[in-house]
Amino acid sequence: MKLLIVDDSNFIRRAIERHAESFQIKEIRTANTGKAALRTLNEFAPDLITMDITMPEMDGLTCVEAIRRVNTTSRILVISALSDRSMAVEALKRGANGFLLKPFNEESLREAVVDVLED
Amino acid sequence: METQLKTFVNGAVNYFETVAGRSAEVGMPYLKDTEKDDFLLDCAAVIGISGSYRGCVYYSASRQMLEALMKLSGEDYGAPDLALDFVGEIANTIAGNAQRDLGAGFLISVPVVIQGISTVRLPREIPHFIIPIKWQNYKSYIVIAISSK
Repeated sequence: MKLLIVDDSNFIRRAIERHAESFQIKEIRTANTGKAALRTLNEFAPDLITMDITMPEMDGLTCVEAIRRVNTTSRILVISALSDRSMAVEALKRGANGFLLKPFNEESLREAVVDVLED
Repeated sequence: METQLKTFVNGAVNYFETVAGRSAEVGMPYLKDTEKDDFLLDCAAVIGISGSYRGCVYYSASRQMLEALMKLSGEDYGAPDLALDFVGEIANTIAGNAQRDLGAGFLISVPVVIQGISTVRLPREIPHFIIPIKWQNYKSYIVIAISSK
């Protein structure tokens, strides 16, 4: 299982990485912007991508859309604090497979990852 | 304003319960005294608000509290920058969660983090409400300075 974590917060990248290791996800890459994520995807084909929304340079929803133009197989879980329902609907419309509201803990992340991978 | 403050209080309670697994005591919100800046602690983050609202949401905490909270959440890497990153993440999450009640027009910026106790230039024309939070004997503060357009 390969995972790409996209978030501008180092704390969140490290938290997801730590939890993912406990889910037996072994190969993990991280990106701190949407643009860096797109560059990483040129050389890395993840099974799962976790994507923040509010990021500098390129927001997560634009990044999801850009990924879907070239990659239809990776599962994408958007993880954001933005809690209006329309945000989750928009994420799915742009090509994400699931939405997890921050704050999260190991249990809620695990459930969201399982849902996105099994869907 | 009462409804809006309640939204942020609920967001703070939910944050500590989810991340730390331990509840925080959230005090009664009060209007900021123009002369006093007693809510300023050594790590802070400001989130700019735009869209159908204007102003900012500010979260201030001590480095000791942030390090204790990080440790409880499983983070044992003690780099100084990580506490600043973390305070930004707390502000981002509490502000973002308020969107559920304040609507999709409540738009938040990426956090600007501040290290060290310093005067913060908050918008003067908007009243500032301070929400005190006590967690494990540590104090922190959310400052809400927003108005609808």
